[in-house]
Amino acid sequence: MRRLPRTPAGIAGIVLVTLMVILAIIGPPIWGAGAERIDSTVILQGASAAHPLGTDNLGRDILARVLVAGRLSLTLALLATLIGAAAGVVLGALPSVLPRRAARLVTGTVNALVAFPGLLLAMFTAVVTGLGARGAVLGIGVAIAPGFARLTQTLAASVAGADYVSAARMLGVSRRRIMTSHVLPNIAEPLILNLTQALGGALLGLAGMSFLGLGVQPPSFDWGRLLFDGLGRIYVTPAVALGPAVAVAFAGIGFNLLGDALAHAASRPAVTAGKDVPRAVPGSVEPGLDEPEPDAVLEVRDLTVTFPGGVTPVRGLSLSIAPGEIVGLVGESGSGKSLTALAIGGLVPHPGRVNAGRLRLCGTDLGELPEQERRRLLGTSLAMVFQDPMSSLNPALKVGGQLAEVATVHQGASRTEARTRAVDRLEHVHIPEPDRRARQHPHELSGGMRQRAVIAMGLMGTPRLIIADEPTTALDVTVQRQILRLLREVTDETGAATLFISHDIAVVGELCHRVVVMYAGRVVEELPVGELASGAAHPYTRALIASLPDMDTDRSLPLASIPGRQPSPAEVGGGCAFADRCELATDRCAERPPLIPYGKAHLVACWEAS
Amino acid sequence: MIIKNLTVRFGTFTAVDDVTLEIPAGAIVGLVGESGSGKSTLARAVTGLVPYTGGIVGGDPRRIQMVFQDPYASLDPRMTVGTSVAEGLQGLRLPRAARQAEVERLLSLVSLPASLAGRYPRELSGGQRQRVAIARALGARPELLVADEITSALDVSVQGAVLNLVRSLREELGLSMLFISHNLAVVRYVSDVVAVMHQGRLVEIGPTEEVVGSPTDDYTRSLLEAIPRLGRT
Repeated sequence: MRRLPRTPAGIAGIVLVTLMVILAIIGPPIWGAGAERIDSTVILQGASAAHPLGTDNLGRDILARVLVAGRLSLTLALLATLIGAAAGVVLGALPSVLPRRAARLVTGTVNALVAFPGLLLAMFTAVVTGLGARGAVLGIGVAIAPGFARLTQTLAASVAGADYVSAARMLGVSRRRIMTSHVLPNIAEPLILNLTQALGGALLGLAGMSFLGLGVQPPSFDWGRLLFDGLGRIYVTPAVALGPAVAVAFAGIGFNLLGDALAHAASRPAVTAGKDVPRAVPGSVEPGLDEPEPDAVLEVRDLTVTFPGGVTPVRGLSLSIAPGEIVGLVGESGSGKSLTALAIGGLVPHPGRVNAGRLRLCGTDLGELPEQERRRLLGTSLAMVFQDPMSSLNPALKVGGQLAEVATVHQGASRTEARTRAVDRLEHVHIPEPDRRARQHPHELSGGMRQRAVIAMGLMGTPRLIIADEPTTALDVTVQRQILRLLREVTDETGAATLFISHDIAVVGELCHRVVVMYAGRVVEELPVGELASGAAHPYTRALIASLPDMDTDRSLPLASIPGRQPSPAEVGGGCAFADRCELATDRCAERPPLIPYGKAHLVACWEAS
Repeated sequence: MIIKNLTVRFGTFTAVDDVTLEIPAGAIVGLVGESGSGKSTLARAVTGLVPYTGGIVGGDPRRIQMVFQDPYASLDPRMTVGTSVAEGLQGLRLPRAARQAEVERLLSLVSLPASLAGRYPRELSGGQRQRVAIARALGARPELLVADEITSALDVSVQGAVLNLVRSLREELGLSMLFISHNLAVVRYVSDVVAVMHQGRLVEIGPTEEVVGSPTDDYTRSLLEAIPRLGRT
């Protein structure tokens, strides 16, 4: 179980439930005698110093009775919940195990029961099974069961589609065993959470049953019974009824708050891009660091992205891109390539921190700009294309309208102007029938078409920098080829600088002019694309190329592969991060090699490169 | 084993249209196609996960196992590696000690240390998980192993090792295999025979070198043409 969130509601829930449990344990031994003591001299009294909540028709102290009744109320609620949950889980699980016809019958029954009002079901059961605590507990249990059954069914259905269940089915594992060893363990957590909330409901339900006279019968008493006894006198001596009412309310609220808090803790906290969006803060520029490159569209020096807990996915990255140039950023998952892109666009999610010695876009230092101007600069001169085009398109809006919005917001164009431009841009990225497509929603477009629309959106302004993060990974190879061609066309035509991020070194090799290879947050090699196939100097780059089968790979030889795995962003040490997996590693690699020139327009960070 | 006139329909949509494909014993047949071509549906039909018409001739359909694309979804997160692998051994009814020995043997077949048996999937890398999934499928002594995009969720540096494993399993165990991928270069590297699927139909099938070297179908040609190559401009 993950840690409970420290919200006021969560804390209140924990405190209330703890108090109730303590009360249930210590209540009867301490106040039990007082609750039973009959005193004919103080019959039916209101609140007084001796009896803060008054007395009943036999002169018994109501406060003591409320405190003692806690144990029975909670025990009965617990019993009812357990009965309901057990019956519900079994009912919910049955359809997955039974033959089809019987399964349908069970599902139908559960559906009918869910539609039936719970309290009515409880009262019906209680009347049939006989008045008293047993009937009430059974009744509430029966009322709770359909909800649990439905929840179990829904959760089980979501797990039943998982690959590991398919695998088990293929292996001939029986349906019963799949249920008990795969499905139930994986849905236990939400079921247990629901149990806590159901407990609160059962408590209220039981109090209600006792209050209606269907529950606990004298001489036993729970909170509902006390409420029933006191209600007749509520206008004369309100304290008599209020005491048990308050107890019921607090217990009910406590269990519900606790259940909510547990559910909240179990669901992963969503990353919210709140007000506190991390932005680049100017770091100290190392003395001797080269002067700003006036021609570069994008110039990044010493970019570092850190997350709390010593997690540093990007470590001192430097990069510059000239107009009309396409630079490929290659690396495996976890190498920090996507966070580099997000850091340049000012999109690193909270609580990440971005530090940069220099982060210049079109000659303007982004770190020094006031927030509003920075956003305007990024909004007009940066175009971003992500792997999933749907993340950049609003599924509820028409494609044309979304494109036009860029022109109306950033360029102050009128609606008709913006719309004309949107259709023109769609045509520009080779979308057939752009006028009709502009009136369609994103889901009506194919994957490749959507990616074109996103590129067209970037072309609504005059982009100086295009960042494309794995834009073709989700696409088919034939479509991928078209998108790559389009990106090159757009770069040539706008003279923008393009940063193309990919895990696929072959794609990068085909599209880019220059390739930057990242490993564990650092650039390990930077080289012109022509040298990629045979001139790479870093052992990692060479291994990456060798491990990639292409159409000319010798099929009689085993493929190269790199042993071990890339260190995670939290565990990168001081030396060369690749040393553990490197054949050439020596003692010297305990010290991190600097990124130094290696031939013309070629940089490499390796002691052994030669 | 021959997949004969296999057709899968979802309502009025025909996902797999009358596919006949022979998988010779001990051979790896590569099936290549783009998303929506029906190759994964074919895999799920062959392994009995979706209903189909047509038949599987020359083998026991119950002895077909599959390795899935996503190694993060194909292992039960609440089961240890050893328990997962042992699931494939249910039919054998082995005593406890023999079962444990068999799990260790299977893990060593896929080059994993026996010590991994007590670990949970979350402690393993993607490549290791994919090996566990292969070991689990091998435990059931399959006559045919279907590998559905088993390297596409892996990093390039790990992909090579898994492909090598696939080839060595074929050599050591004489395993017949249907190897499905969208990546023609990967299919070319591991397969003896290549089948190309497009819109639910097989459009071309033949020995790997022939299909790759001199394709006869237009669609195969466009697929070959589109493959990114290092240093091509």
